[in-house]
Order: sequence, then structure tokens, then C-alpha cells
Amino acid sequence: MAGKTKVLGMIFANMHDISVVELTKERTMGSVLFGGRYRMIDFPLSNMVNSGIGEVGVITKSNYQSLLDHLGSGREWDLARKQGGLHLLPPFGHVDSGMYRGRLEALYGVINFVKNSDAEYVLLSDCDVITNIDYTPIVEQHIKTGADITAVYAKSVITMEQAKNSTVFGINEEGRVTDVLIRPQISGDCDVSLNMFLIKKDFLQDIVLECASKSLYSFEKDVLQARVKEYTVMAYKHEGYYAKIDSIDTYYKANMEMLSTETRDKIFLEKRPIYTKIRDNAPAKYGIGASVKNSLIADGCIVEGTVENSILFRGVKVGKDAVIKNSIIMQNTVIGKKCDVNYVITDKSVEIQDFRNLTGSQYYPLYVGKGAKI
Amino acid sequence: MYTKKECVAMLLAGGQGSRLYALTQDMAKPAVSYGGKYRIIDFPLSNCINSGIDTVGVLTQYQPLVLHDYIGNGQPWDLDKIHGGAHALPPFQTALGAQWYKGTANAIYQNINFVDRYDPDYVVILSGDHIYKMDYSKMLAYHKEKNADATIAVQEVTLEEATRLGIMICDENMGITDFEEKPAKPRSTLASMGIYIFTWKKLRQYLIDNENNPEEDKDFGKAIIPNMLNAGEKLVAYPFEGYWRDVGTIDSLWEANMDLLNPNIPLDLYDPDWKIYSRTANMPPQYVGSSAKIENSMISEGAVVNGNVDFSIIFPGVTIEAGATVRDSIIMPGSVIKAGAVVEYAIVGEECVIGEYATIGARPESVTDKDSWGVAVIGHNLTVSEGKKIAPKENVTENV
Repeated sequence: MAGKTKVLGMIFANMHDISVVELTKERTMGSVLFGGRYRMIDFPLSNMVNSGIGEVGVITKSNYQSLLDHLGSGREWDLARKQGGLHLLPPFGHVDSGMYRGRLEALYGVINFVKNSDAEYVLLSDCDVITNIDYTPIVEQHIKTGADITAVYAKSVITMEQAKNSTVFGINEEGRVTDVLIRPQISGDCDVSLNMFLIKKDFLQDIVLECASKSLYSFEKDVLQARVKEYTVMAYKHEGYYAKIDSIDTYYKANMEMLSTETRDKIFLEKRPIYTKIRDNAPAKYGIGASVKNSLIADGCIVEGTVENSILFRGVKVGKDAVIKNSIIMQNTVIGKKCDVNYVITDKSVEIQDFRNLTGSQYYPLYVGKGAKI
Repeated sequence: MYTKKECVAMLLAGGQGSRLYALTQDMAKPAVSYGGKYRIIDFPLSNCINSGIDTVGVLTQYQPLVLHDYIGNGQPWDLDKIHGGAHALPPFQTALGAQWYKGTANAIYQNINFVDRYDPDYVVILSGDHIYKMDYSKMLAYHKEKNADATIAVQEVTLEEATRLGIMICDENMGITDFEEKPAKPRSTLASMGIYIFTWKKLRQYLIDNENNPEEDKDFGKAIIPNMLNAGEKLVAYPFEGYWRDVGTIDSLWEANMDLLNPNIPLDLYDPDWKIYSRTANMPPQYVGSSAKIENSMISEGAVVNGNVDFSIIFPGVTIEAGATVRDSIIMPGSVIKAGAVVEYAIVGEECVIGEYATIGARPESVTDKDSWGVAVIGHNLTVSEGKKIAPKENVTENV
């Protein structure tokens, strides 16, 4: 990254768990499944690796078994390293750490890890944004502008509903953040925070220790918002495609957008691939009578029915004469013969028996929990 | 310090595979793609780790670049071990000079030191050109139970097939009494599958004796097995009933791929208890477009299909444009089939571009002279220009 500038990546796996509560019942936001074979954390993690960041800490809080299982040693992201590499940082890592309420407290709990890194900068990222972003120019801009903090944002038209789960910046003509609105009551054209921040490591350490002594825990509220005049917070505009997952509705839409070739071409770049855990499934098999249109199908699927406008994760089975439309079918779900499934999200390992009929609506897809039998 | 291993596998992967013509111009046969996301060598390597054999020497010689890259440190097969693991073993120079592997037996002979490091009781000899799922631990148990010096896996074949294979003549206890290579009048229908287990001490001595006898072929089938038989060693046949195919020719490679689409053929790649592992490129899921029509096919990740696909095997990263048709064919990784092209009864190698409205191969019923029909093959990294017609049975090795 940017010459010899060393950057430490810090990913918050549990931030925003609450916004897709159905999906995070048994997992972290970072391990929510997305796009046929990915988990949300694959995006920030791959982006960091592709930007030359070779040392990443993943901060977890609760429900992290699936996350640990997914990340393992970090090999799939090329992060099983002797120098740097992937570090999983659960709470209670040392005597002073425990359940945390915000990013600052979480960082305080792992402050020794941050301290021991020989990186000059730290990139903080959550797991709620699907995008393919190169962090190199952010570091360049940060150094050039002499900012204390660089915050990544995107221009977007948002609804009242989305604003309730967002942080919106006011930015002046020099690109400096002058205003920070957390969960504002607004809608329309906004500069929305993508929850990615670059900050000098020493400065971050100072802030974290100082805030801990004052019992301040929220990076957004107690640092960005409270000290926006005191610190130089510069904005970095992300121009590429992104999808921010803040509800089951936006989760559904973002998945469906992956069916657009134009969108996929912006996410899955040959030079900056999105990595994920490999499961060694056989190729997908299409039987006699299969009919598949406008869908993403992962390896290990066996399709004997009709699939339209849908996303099938690895190892899904679709029985004869079953019709799946507008749905997200997660890993190892089995759909029986002559089923009719429309506007449905099934979590992992759901079994829908023969002749069942499940219908949600475009605005409110029906969610079926992990391991359910219908 | 090396940990003792009960059994070490030696995988013969140095063969050229000249009967695969265009497909093995620049890669060894075991590296040839098979089954939608695999390479042939994935099968013996996965069988090893699934059978509990974690030390595998892979003997390479012909065009090893792709193969060596592919095996790497053996990680995809869980063969990156502190003790044991996968080791690529190309020929090397010694104080006495350098020589190529002169045959299957000589290849093992030259690597006696490699095997000795693990001080194994048994060695299993495998070849890198067969598609099958087999539990070698069962064969090893059989070898021990029979108190054999060598055990050869055999499969029941038809009398006609027997004339083209190495045939074992056995007594009622499966003891091998005689051995015939491609007999005109077979005395048995038990064909050798090219899978051997030897008691290492015995084999080690036979390899040394074979090397010291300049008159002899340096080959298992031609020298080691007959020598052991003549000396009265205990050789037994291990009958194997599962799916097993040699994929040494274009036709057999094509057929073995098509077998995956036949529900009556017992080769299940979806069995979670016996996974076949491979090194994959970590691509997004396959996208099937609105104008696509796919039936009876296997398709892998990263493929984008907007055309028609029927009875075909499509590898990772393949693009099939709208209006293109692929039938009864195998399209290897990264190739592009442009709009309006028709590919029938063909194997298209890796990273090829088949131009718009080109025609590759044809159905058998469309030709009058049946002898001129066969599977058409396009080698790797080639471009077939727009509207070009490639006849059945043709082997394309340069851009046309």
C-alpha cells in the first residue's frame, strides 16, 4: 500500500448485528451469508488484502462461532502469515477487556494488539457494506491532507427508513466533515458514512485510552460527532458501486442486485477478487427438465426444477417440478418436488418438503430460519 | 527426523499422455481438466487423504509446470503436513550424473531415498490417469490379511476389453498365477487397474535388482511383476467393483466426463463422506442469464451462461454467449463460446475463444462416413475464428 506505508486493518464483525436481527440470531453481521457463496466479512477482508494490507484484526463480541469457522487461519484470504496475517480478537482477551458497547470500548479491549503492530495507520471497517474498494487512494489522500481522521462516504438518495440506520456527514467545499448526524430524521440526497475510517495508529491509541478513562465508548458519537470541530476529519468519496445492509429489506435488495451483470462486474473484479472459504463442492448439476433463468447458482447445487430471479447458495437441492422465484436460498437447503417458493429467504439447511407452497411479498420477503423443516 | 509411516503412496504422473494429442501439448496428462472443476490428479490425491495416506510422492517428468503449480504444497488436499504431505519428485542430478525416469519402476528406484525416509512397511503405487474413488485402506487391509508381497487391484471386464488390457490369471483364492499383457485370447477377465500395494522391503530389492540388470525394461508391468511371479512371491488380486475409468484417450476422456451426467453410473461427486478436492480459483457463483437454456449438464463457478447447454460439462470461468449452443461437449476453464457458435461432440481446451458462428464437431448421425466421425478437440489457449468449421475428430493445435 502507498509505498511503504503500513496499514493495520481492524474489522468490527458484530457492529450492526441488530439491523438484520433475523440473520444474526446465530451469527455475527460479518458471517451473514451473501451473494451465493460469500459472507459479509469477505468484502472488507478481501478489499484490505487487495489493497496490500497484510495484517488484519477481527473484533468479535458474541455469536462468533460461525465467524471463527469461516475465517480459520485466514488462508483463503492469503492471511495465514508469520508476519502480520489474520488475528481473531474475541472479547475477554485480557483482564481489562469485556463486553463492549461501541468501537472505542472494543478497541480498548484489544489495545495491546494495536500497540504491538508496527503499522503507521489503522483502517477501521464494519461488515455492513458490499463493495469492491481500493483503500490505497484513501491512505494517499489522508497523508496529503494531513487529516486526523479520514471517513469514507458515498453520495446516495436514502429513505427515512434507511436514514434511521445511517450516519450522514455534512461536508464543506474543502472536503472536510463539518457535521455528523447519527440516525437522523431525514431523507433524500445524503453523504452517507460507509463505516470505514482511516486514522494514524498513535492518534487512535491516544483517543482510545483517553476515552476509556472518561467512559466514552462510541467512536461515532464521542469522537466523530463530539470533536468534529477539534479534529480535522476529512471525507473520502467512494464512487464505485456499494450496497449498505441495514435491514432485511436492503439485504434482500442487495442480493437481488447481484443478478445484474453490470453490478457483478463492479464487485467481482479479476484484479481484485473477493475471496471466501472454499468448501470443495462438486460443480452444480442441472437435471432433465431443469429450467434456470436470471439466477446465481453456486457449486454443489442440484437443480431439477425451475429457478428464476433467485440466488442459490452452495449445496442447495431443488426437486423436480419445483418452482423457485425471486428467492434467496441459503446453503444446503433442500426443496422438495412440486414446491412453489416465491419471495422467500431460507436460512441454512432448511428443508421444504414436497408440494409445499411458500410465498412472501416483494416488499416483505418471507424469512425461514436456520434448520427449519416445512 | 522423519516420522515412520505405515504406508506411503507413490503417484506416477510423469507420462506424456500422447494419445490426448492437443490437450497434452503443454501439460502432463494428470493435469488435464476433468469433471467440471477437477484435474485428473485430484482423484488419486483425494483418494489418498480420504484413505488416511498422508504421504504422497508425485513423480513428474513430462511438462511439469502446470502440474507442479497445481500440486503446490498439497494444501487443497490437506497434504501440507509437517510430517509427510505431498512432494513433487521430478528427476534430479546426482554425483553419478543425471538421468530421466526410464520407466515406472526406474522412477520409483530413483526415489528410494524419499521412501526410505518414512521407513514404511508398505508402498502403494498409483497412476495419474484414472478416474475412480477407492479406499486404499481397505486394499491395504486385504494385502495384510492375505500376507501378500504384492497386491494388484483388478476389475472384471468383458472378453473384448480384456484384449486391450493387462490381464491377471488367478486361483480360487485370488492368488495371481500368471499375467498377460493385451492377450489375443484372454484366459481371464480380471484386468489390472494399475494400482499396486507392495511390501516395501520386497519391492525395494526387486527395484535394485531390476536396475542392475541392463537387459530388463524398467517397468512394473514388463519386469517387476513378472520377476516377482517367477520368483514365487505371493501376488494377490484385489477385486474392485466401483467405477473406474482410464482416461488416456480422447474418447475415454470424453466418455468419462459424460458418465458424470448419467444417473446410472456410480460415480457420485456429491458424497460428503468422500469428497474430491481440488485447487480452485475462488470465483463468484455461476450466473445463468434470462436467455439461457440448460439441461443435463454440470457447470462450475465463475461461468456465465446465456446460451444453450445440453449434456455438457462446463468448467470455471467459461462464458457461453446468448445464441451459442453447446451440446455433448466439454468446455475447459476460462474459454469463451461466442454468440451463434455451435459446439457438438467436442472438447474445448483451457482459455480458448470460439468465434461467432464457428462450428466445432458434429453429431454422429450428421455424417455419412462413420469412420470419419469422432470427438473434435481444440487445444489450450487457442482462437477459432468467426464462422470457421472444425470437422469431427479434428485435433486443433494452433489458431485457426
